[in-house]
This record gives sequence, structure tokens and C-alpha cells, in this order.
Amino acid sequence: MGLGIDIRNQIAKRAAEEIRNGMVVNLGIGIPSLVPNHLPDHIRVMFHAENGITGMGPSPEYGEEDENLCNAGGFPVTVVKGASYCDSAISFGMIRRGRVDLTILGSLEVSERGDLANWIVPGKKVPGMGGAMELAQKAKKVIVLMNHVDKNGRAKIVKECSLPLTSGQCVDLIITEMGVFEVKSTGLWLKERFSPYSIEDIRANTNCEVHE
Amino acid sequence: MENTFNKIVSLEQAMDYFHDGMTILFGGFGGIGSPPTIIDGIIEKGIKELTLIGNDTGFPHIGIGKVVSKGRAKKVIASHIGSNPIAGQLMTDGQLEVEFSPQGILAERIRAGGVGLAGILSDIGMDNEIVTENKQRVKVNKKEYLIETALTGDISIIYAKKADPYGNLIYDKSARNTNPLVAMAGNMTIAEVEEIVPLGELEADEIITPGVFVDFIVPSKGVNWKWAWE
Repeated sequence: MGLGIDIRNQIAKRAAEEIRNGMVVNLGIGIPSLVPNHLPDHIRVMFHAENGITGMGPSPEYGEEDENLCNAGGFPVTVVKGASYCDSAISFGMIRRGRVDLTILGSLEVSERGDLANWIVPGKKVPGMGGAMELAQKAKKVIVLMNHVDKNGRAKIVKECSLPLTSGQCVDLIITEMGVFEVKSTGLWLKERFSPYSIEDIRANTNCEVHE
Repeated sequence: MENTFNKIVSLEQAMDYFHDGMTILFGGFGGIGSPPTIIDGIIEKGIKELTLIGNDTGFPHIGIGKVVSKGRAKKVIASHIGSNPIAGQLMTDGQLEVEFSPQGILAERIRAGGVGLAGILSDIGMDNEIVTENKQRVKVNKKEYLIETALTGDISIIYAKKADPYGNLIYDKSARNTNPLVAMAGNMTIAEVEEIVPLGELEADEIITPGVFVDFIVPSKGVNWKWAWE
């Protein structure tokens, strides 16, 4: 079950509010890719891509694509003023050194401690971790955007992840269609609740304690 | 073009160095920056039992994926094979051994091989068995790290935008990716290039890979696959 585009945009818009001027930001696929559409004009950031771009811009116009200028997913992009290219080692050096301020990604499960499980889909072939482990482990802040429950209605925010971890205790903030949740040392805290959901709805669909 | 250093060769001459069972490091990320002409040369020559080292296995019809899809590799060391379902199928069927390495660590392992180091110390993926399996651990300043061993190979194949006859290289935008690292790691490096310019034409300040690392230069016939977005 996917979320409608309005709800996906609502989640992306809320995530965009976490972005501060001057940040270096790496976006995952799915809902995170919608975040730039919701950034106010006065916020200037550098979008980082693992394949060696700092300063990615929007998709090019049809017919204007450059086959040698693509994001990490292999799709054509543009660059903004001030952008730079680098090799893969330097690109990941930026991540490991803590120069990537924020990564916004999707997930299959997140635990109340902020464990992230987003790289092995149950029943599917193992695709490889790509750059997910380094981003999750080393980006200064990790925000997860996802459906609150999976397609079978099961909670995705859980006490313990059942899927193999991408990285332990790395998630700072979770944004779903139901609300915004902060991972703290004391557990999972509800920061904001989205209409029309009640705290009871949230608790019924979350498989760990939700503090208010 | 003056061939002062005898590095400029035809594809046919370059293919003399390829044989069954060898280890090939390849540049590229999702096929972008992978050398299309050399890849076709490998396929046409029919070499097999290859160990391939690079970022990912491309797509079934793109980049090194073309070689993998034809069952020519026995082993792949990569960070990702998800965009090439044939690679996944071969792995499931036991016909392809796959060693996964986190993307930036793979890049550093290749770089380490290229700069004469035995390995690197990494704290990436320490709570994941796929990453930690069979790796030594070492403590530095009271913190534990994995020893990630360096990667080298018989031949590196890379793709660049411009070369001069010495093999000095510049790349094109995001097609640079792993190429400068792979360029250093092979016992022999063959660069496929879009354009060869006279000595002195590349600004010394702009050169990304010094020609020291490049043994042969092959003119490219250009990308002949259709990209996923096309």
C-alpha cells in the first residue's frame, strides 16, 4: 500500500522544515526525493550524491539530459552554482568525516532506539548495501520518511527490528503520515501529530511505547 | 597524433592482455563512466571465469552488467547488484560469488590497493555480519575497527573524457566516480577515452589522474547502450 501523493508531499514538506541554510544534504529515493520541491527560496543547501556530486540541482528538461551527469540512482540531474565533482572515495570521505549534515531516507523498520533496517527486503534477493551503511552511520543527522505501517498493516516503528540492520542507533527523527517522532535516549517521543490521527490511532499502529 | 610514449593502442592490441580467469577492476557507477568499447572487447574475445571488482554490476545491458549477464564472471566484489537482476539470479543459483563491501569502503579498498597500502581500518557496518564476516579486528586508541584489505587486480579498465599521449586524464562530471581510484589499482591500467589531445594541451593543474598510472590508451567508440532513463 503506497501513500497518496498529497500525503507523500505533506511528509516531504515537513521534512523540508528540518533543513537549515548552508547544510549539505543527501536524499534517498522515494518520498525523500520530493523534499527539494518544498524548500523555501531563501534556503540554500548543497545536495550531495554518493557518486561524486556536491550541489545537485533539479532534473533537466526533456532532451537536455547529459548521460555523464546523473544522481546515484542513475537519473539525469543538473548542478547549481558552486557545485563540484569528486571521486567516490572523496564523496564518502565527506560522509564519514561528518561533513554531510543531514540524510533523509526511507525505511522498512525503525526501532525505538533508532536502529535502521532499510536494505534487505524480506523475500527478495540481497541487493547489497550500496552507500546506505555509511550514510546512516555517519551523517550528522538521519531523518526517516516512511508509511507508518507496512502494506499488511503492521507497525514499522517497533521495539526491536526483525530485519537485518543497516546501522544501529542512528535515526534521529521519523516522519510518517501520522506524525513526527523523535528518538531520544529515553525512547520514542511524539513531537507533532497530524490530523486526523489521534494519539490512540498512533499507539495502536506503533509497536513500542510512544511518549508524549 | 604523436605516440611519444607508445601508450596509444587499438582495441585489438589492448585485448591481447586479457585472458580467462583474470581479475579486472572496472570504473563506473551504474554504468556511467564504464568503458563501453573495452567491455565489448571482453565480450567479443569470449574471456570467462573473471573476477570483477567495481562499484556495482550495472544493468543487464549497461556497463559491466553486459559481461556479468553473459555468465563470464565467477566472482564479483561490489557494493550493489540490485540494478542487475541477472546478477542476483546467478548469485542465487550459485553460479556467481558476490562479496559485498559498503560503497565508500570499497572505494577506499581500491584506493589502498592503488597507493601501495595493505588495507584500511574501518568502523562501517561493524554490527552487520555480511560486513564483518572473516575480518580481523584491531583496536586503535581504545576503539575497535575492522581491517578492510586492499584490492588490486591484473588489469584496470577505466573511462575518461580526455587523455594526452602520456595518459594524463580528465573525466566528465559524475562519470568520474570510481575511475581515478580504479586507475591506480590494477597491475596494468587501460584507459578508454573520448578524446586524445596533444601533449601540453591539458592544463597540468586540471589533470585528475597522472599518466604515471596509465599504461595504455584506447580511443572510445562511445556509449552504445540505452540508459534506463531513455
